[in-house]
Amino acid sequence: MREIQTERLISVVRRCYEHVPHYREAFDSHGVHPDDIRSLEDIVKLPFTYKNDLRDHYPFDLFAVPKREIVRIHASSGTTGKPIAVGYTQADIELWAECVARSLVCAGVTSDDIIQIAYGYGLFTGGLGLHYGAERLGATVVPISGGNTKRQVMLMRDFGVTTLACTPSFAAYMAEEMRDSGIPEEAFKLRIGIFGAEPWSQSMRREIESKLNLCAIDIYGLTEILGPGVSCECPCQCGLHIFEDHFLPEIIDPETEEPLPEGEIGELVFTTLTKEAAPVIRFRTRDLSRLYYEPCACGRTLVRMERIMGRTDDMLIIRGVNVFPSQVEAVLLSVGDVDPHYQLIADRSARHMDDLEIRVEMSEALFNDEIRKIEDVEVHIRKEIESALGISVKVKLVEPKTLPRSEGKAIRVVDRREL
Amino acid sequence: MKVKQVSIFLENRQGRLAAVTKALGSNDINIRAFSVADTADFGVVRLIVNDPNRACDILRANGFMVTITDVLAVEVPDKPGGLAYILEVLQKARLNIEYLYAFVEKRSDYALVIFRLEDIDTALKVFEENNVSLAPSQEVYQL
Repeated sequence: MREIQTERLISVVRRCYEHVPHYREAFDSHGVHPDDIRSLEDIVKLPFTYKNDLRDHYPFDLFAVPKREIVRIHASSGTTGKPIAVGYTQADIELWAECVARSLVCAGVTSDDIIQIAYGYGLFTGGLGLHYGAERLGATVVPISGGNTKRQVMLMRDFGVTTLACTPSFAAYMAEEMRDSGIPEEAFKLRIGIFGAEPWSQSMRREIESKLNLCAIDIYGLTEILGPGVSCECPCQCGLHIFEDHFLPEIIDPETEEPLPEGEIGELVFTTLTKEAAPVIRFRTRDLSRLYYEPCACGRTLVRMERIMGRTDDMLIIRGVNVFPSQVEAVLLSVGDVDPHYQLIADRSARHMDDLEIRVEMSEALFNDEIRKIEDVEVHIRKEIESALGISVKVKLVEPKTLPRSEGKAIRVVDRREL
Repeated sequence: MKVKQVSIFLENRQGRLAAVTKALGSNDINIRAFSVADTADFGVVRLIVNDPNRACDILRANGFMVTITDVLAVEVPDKPGGLAYILEVLQKARLNIEYLYAFVEKRSDYALVIFRLEDIDTALKVFEENNVSLAPSQEVYQL
C-alpha cells in the first residue's frame, strides 16, 4: 500500500504543480518543489489547501485538466458564502463509482440487493454518487431522490427494497412515516442503511436501527475530495475504512498544524492520490476524527477513521489543552444521558485564568428527587470530564430546553474570552 | 398507604418557582403541601397536589424536569412528644429518613407530616406494628 501511495503522491504533486497555477504559487511561496517529495513522510512539507482556496478559485481555476476533458461538474451550495465547483473527468467518474461500490460491499450490500437512493440527485454529490456506485456493484437501483416520504414508503414496500441510502435525519423522518402509514413492519424487507452527509450521534444510530429494523452504516465523503465513498463502515461499526489507495488521510492539530500520532483526536486532512480533474493537496476538512491503523475484525487492513466527532470550529483551547465538545458528549452518554444537551462556556477570570464551565440540561437519567443524589451526579460528571480532558472544569446542571439552539441545532461552544 | 409526590428540578433563578405554581394554578391543580430543598445553583421543589399524574403531564409540557416519588403522610399526634415517638420507631427499626416536611393544614388532633424514607415498604410495616397511622392518599390529595 505504501508503495502505491508514494508513487501516486509523487505523481499528483507534480501534476498539481505543473497544471494548476494556484498550487505552483503555493508550493513556491512555501519553499517546496515536487522534487522534494520522495516519500509519504515528505507530505508534511506541502502547504495545506483550505475551503477558501476552492472558493477563491471558483469556478474552474483549480482544475488540472483542459475543460474539454471535464464530463461532469458538481457544486456545493455554499451556505456560508460563495459556492465551490468540482469537475470530474471520465476516469474520475469511474473512480468514484469504484469507491462507492467498494463502500457498499464494505457495508454488506450485494448485487442481489434493491437499493433506494433517497439522497438528492443533482449538483449535490449524494444522489448521483451512490447511483453510479450501486450500478457498478450490479445492485437494483431505485433512483427516487429526496422528498415525498409517503411515496418513498410505498415503493419501499412494493419493490421489496433491502437497502436505503439517505441522510440519517431523513431516515429518522422516514421511520415516522412508516409507522404512521399503518403498513405492518413485516411488509418491509430493509436490512442495510447507507447513511451520511451529515453528523449523527451513536444514540441516533441505535434509534434508526431499531425503528427501521436494519444495520445503519456510516458513509463519509465530501465534495471537495470526491463526494460519498471516501470511507465507509463495515458491519463491525468500529470506524470507517478509508480507501487510502485513492485518498491519503492525515490527522493534525488544528492549531499547531503538526501531525498527530495514531489514535489522537484532531482535524482530518486529505490528499487525493488519483483524481484527475480536481486534485487537492492536504485539504483541511475541518472535521474532527482520529485514525486507527490496526486491521479491523472484518479482515480489512485499510486505515480506519473514527466517525466524525465534531468540527474544528467547535474546538476550544483551555490552558493550552484542546477541548472538543465530543469528549464531553462521550462522558454524558457514559453516565446514561441518552440524548445529552450541553454547552461549553469558556471565560477568562480576573486573574487571566481560563475557565471552562459545562452546562448540562437535566434529563431523566440525571434527575433525582434527592438533592444529595443530584450533587453526586454532578460531581461524577465533573470528575469524568476532568479525567477525559485533563483540565479542571465547572459543571452546572440547568433546566431542560434552556440551552440556546439555533434553527434547531445545538450551540455547543461559547467563547467569552477577550483575547 | 403511599402518597405520590411530584418533584421538580429548578435552577436557582428568579421567577422559576412562580412559573411552576402558575402552570399548575391555571390548570386547576391545587397544591396541598410543598417543600423546597436547594443548593447554590439549583433546587428541588416537592409538591403534594390533588392530581399528581396530571400535574406531572402539565409540568412536562411546560418544559420542566419532573419525577414522581412515593412518600408517606404520617398522622402525628398534636401533643408534646408526638413526632419524637415516630422518629423513635424509625430509629429502632434502623430506617433512614431522606427528608420530611409538614402540611400546613391540620386535621383534628393530628399534624400531617410527609416522610420520604429510604425503604418505604419496611417503613409501612414498622408503622403498622407500632400503631402509627397514615393518612390515605385520596384523602391527602383532597385536603
